[in-house]
Amino acid sequence: MDLQTLWFAAVAVLWTGFLLLEGFDFGVAALIPVIGRKPADRHLMLRSIGPLWDGNEVWLITAAGAVFAAFPGWYATWLPVLYLPFVLVLFGLIIRAVAFEWRHSHHTAQWDSTWTHVITAGSLIAALGVGAALGGTTLGLPIDGDGIRVGGAFAGVTWSALLGGVALLAWSTVHGAVFLALKTDGPVRLAARRFAVRWSPVAALPLLAWAGLVHLRSGTFVTGALWLVAALAVLVAWTRIRVDREGQAFSAWAVVMLASAATIFGAVYPVVVVSSIDPAFSVTIAEASVSDYTLTIMTWAAGFGLPVVLGYQAWTYWVFRKRLTADPGTPHAQEPVHA
Amino acid sequence: MDVLDIARWQFGITTVYHFLMVPLTIGLGILVAVMHTMWVRTDKPEWLRMTRFWGRVYLINFVLGVATGLVQEFQFGLAWSEYSRFVGDVFGSLLALEALLAFFLESTFLGLWIFGWGRIPKKVHLATLWAAVIGSIVSAYFIIAANSWMQHPVGVVTDDATGRPVQVDFFAVLTNNTALAAFSHTIVAALMVAGAALVGIGLWHLRKGALAGAPTTDPDHHVWRRSVRLGGWVSVAAFLLTAVTGDYQAKLMYEQQPLKMSSAEALCTTEAPAPFSVFAFGKLGSNECDDVHSWTVPYLLSYLAHGDFSTAVPGVNELQEEYSAAYGATYPDDPSFGDKAGEPIDYTPLLAVTYWNFRLMIGMGMLSAAVGGYALWSTRRGRVPTNPIAVYGSVLAIGAPFVANAAGWIFTEMGRQPFVVYPNPDVPREDQVYFFTAQAVSPGVTATEVWTSLIGLTLVYGALAVVELWLLTRFVRRGVTTSDGAPTPGHTPEGSPDDDVSGGADVTPGSASTRRESDDDVLSFAY
Ligand code: HDD
Ligand code: HEM
Ligand code: HEM
Repeated sequence: MDLQTLWFAAVAVLWTGFLLLEGFDFGVAALIPVIGRKPADRHLMLRSIGPLWDGNEVWLITAAGAVFAAFPGWYATWLPVLYLPFVLVLFGLIIRAVAFEWRHSHHTAQWDSTWTHVITAGSLIAALGVGAALGGTTLGLPIDGDGIRVGGAFAGVTWSALLGGVALLAWSTVHGAVFLALKTDGPVRLAARRFAVRWSPVAALPLLAWAGLVHLRSGTFVTGALWLVAALAVLVAWTRIRVDREGQAFSAWAVVMLASAATIFGAVYPVVVVSSIDPAFSVTIAEASVSDYTLTIMTWAAGFGLPVVLGYQAWTYWVFRKRLTADPGTPHAQEPVHA
Repeated sequence: MDVLDIARWQFGITTVYHFLMVPLTIGLGILVAVMHTMWVRTDKPEWLRMTRFWGRVYLINFVLGVATGLVQEFQFGLAWSEYSRFVGDVFGSLLALEALLAFFLESTFLGLWIFGWGRIPKKVHLATLWAAVIGSIVSAYFIIAANSWMQHPVGVVTDDATGRPVQVDFFAVLTNNTALAAFSHTIVAALMVAGAALVGIGLWHLRKGALAGAPTTDPDHHVWRRSVRLGGWVSVAAFLLTAVTGDYQAKLMYEQQPLKMSSAEALCTTEAPAPFSVFAFGKLGSNECDDVHSWTVPYLLSYLAHGDFSTAVPGVNELQEEYSAAYGATYPDDPSFGDKAGEPIDYTPLLAVTYWNFRLMIGMGMLSAAVGGYALWSTRRGRVPTNPIAVYGSVLAIGAPFVANAAGWIFTEMGRQPFVVYPNPDVPREDQVYFFTAQAVSPGVTATEVWTSLIGLTLVYGALAVVELWLLTRFVRRGVTTSDGAPTPGHTPEGSPDDDVSGGADVTPGSASTRRESDDDVLSFAY
């Protein structure tokens, strides 16, 4: 495998890692208005992602950084085409980050519920936006032969981009529900499980549609097989969650994303930005990439760095592995406000 | 304004804003880790209380640094796509390495530190904080290496086909002398910010306690006194180190970007020996050096620039001509230069900006060091200063090193105009890599879009600043809370556990008494 292909794969892995990890904290936040009716339940839900969301978000920064580092031509084409949508994603991520911290820095019911809503809103915006950006780059953006946008500020917001956004949000919501079923106990666990049972078959459809479209355009036998794996995994996740096997359901639902992402990146390779104007304008890894020297350095750095990161992140998950409950004996569970 | 100007304002505003949080994160992170270490080693309760109080300030600030840092990561592609294409072979990998080697470390271990009280062994818990702090420092190193490469590009050759730099020596990029100088200067400047915060807030609480008649045996008294003493020493020592490292940087800049330094000194014509300007005044709005008059100290500039009292220092007028001859008197008539195509090039940065920001940086640093010195003197042998002017002045002076940091960056960044990548004078002219700011901006993006993001980001940042300051002031005024020290007997020795424990299923039997206490536990995250 040449270095450009290796780095295409590395970037795909980083994006997939981001989707798998940040997906559940997006999802938990999205579910707060749905199943977190009592303040104690909401606190429990937020507690389940409290130590993890920031580390998860660094996967996004690393994925974007790796795009810049390995394929500046991709980075420099993609971001300006979707200028305002990306700015909107940044707004979502900013308000979400500060809300996580500020929520518990002051204690009135009003303050608490405001920032909880901000967490939900920021997560929804970010999930939709990142999904749309990935949908756009793999399904088609209106760029000309110089990689410059054709049309106005919102020309990049096409139906295919929207499909990507809806796909990520829908998949994440169920991912969050299964995560809650796995991580919590009590009413939240039950509500989350019920949500997952009801919605998992539907929630995967947009993601399967996106992967299917990319496959139909430029897929191979392998990506077709991967797509089937994704579709089967939906069934497995659904049947497992119905019989309360949360761990298995969580893994199967993760495979849905894993296989879909593999389908998408596998089928679109070696293109990194698909032009919806003319396939000849699409940007390929060869045009977008940095020199082999720089790729070699990054290969060494990532080869040593990534296993270490995975190691200590796994350790964090292990430290916080216990199931959480909103113990009714604590003051937090009784009072509407966290004093 | 055209896209270029709007994009520059946007970059300047968002970056300077980000750099309000960054030095406090770096500086306070180091000091909190020291406090925590002292507690683990001595078991003295005031160190624990300090760790928890200052740790909370650190965290409130940290998250805003994260939120604004995200914008930084994407900005290069959004508004500066041609810059990103041009520098991609060097610059992107430094950003990616920063994320991989530093941000993961920071965010993961900070999560462990916050939620790990009473849950992981004491020494391992301390190590998690150090890991996060080291992450911040490593992060600063990579980003400064990236920035220094634009100030002084090394380790690259020009690709004949594309005209872009191609990296040939990564090690040279990492050991760029500009980067080593800027990194050490920035870290000690960050310590000044933390030192000033400890001094200002500590003095305020000491005075409050003294006026309320609290005995000096009060545990809180020890907390604030230790904070003031630590902060005072850090302020003074860190200032001396900024002066040493800054002097080294200035000497480097005289070689690498002589126009930046000569305009910082309003030195119009070459002089030997050159005088140092103490105060300059000129025609408003004029960027003509000869319109500037200044009061000077003879010989001093030669010394600052070259380490002796006689060497000639080149003046702005000569340098302007030298650069025009080397890099062209006008921008090439090429569409990639946008509105600037064919226009004359001014190689002199804005004189008023470079001159005054340089002085503001040094002046505010001196002020902050003076306040640190005052704090040490006024608290000597157990004394408590109660003079309201001095104490409130010290509170206000918390802002001084922030201003100095911002001024230093504005000086550095605006002093390298009109280049975004400055030609390295050690390289023969025909092999030099350089890039004008006018070429760097994204070609397809409209002014309306950049206006929208500039206004939107500025409004959001403004609102965040209001809430942040309100929360910080409220928290800081409240001071140390009862549960910050006193570990409940028979319970976790690390003090009261965080909420996660007290509200969680893994709650230890018999901890009911700690639950209530943990309600005002400043480090608990109340999920
Ligand atoms: C508390 C903050 C602070 C203080 C007291 C000082 N500086 Fe500074 N200075 C900075 C904070 C700073 C900075 C962090 O803002 C900069 C911007 C870029 C950099 O590397 O550090 C900087 C840049 C900077 C530069 C520009 C380097 C470049 O263009 O790459 C020079 C020449 C100096 N400084 C010199 C000094 C001197 C001679 C000081 C004497 C006391 C001094 N600084 C105090
Ligand atoms: C955190 C400290 C920094 C501050 C406060 C800062 C400040 C600024 C300011 C004020 C400008 C506007 C210049 C002008 O309008 O003339 C600017 C521009 C810019 N800076 Fe920095 N900067 C910082 C660090 C960096 C770093 C680390 C990088 C690169 C990694 C960088 C890259 C740029 C770029 C690309 C521009 C746009 C081009 C220009 O207008 O010069 N800056 N910065
Ligand atoms: C213009 C270039 C810059 C970019 C692209 C950038 C990017 C970022 C990003 C993405 C984060 C969030 C990390 C997270 O989520 O954990 C961040 C935070 C941080 N950045 Fe920057 N940054 C820039 C300038 C700087 C400079 C010049 C320094 C240091 C001298 C710095 C030091 C830090 C530190 C220590 C943090 C940790 C959190 C905090 O700031 O409170 N950054 N930065």
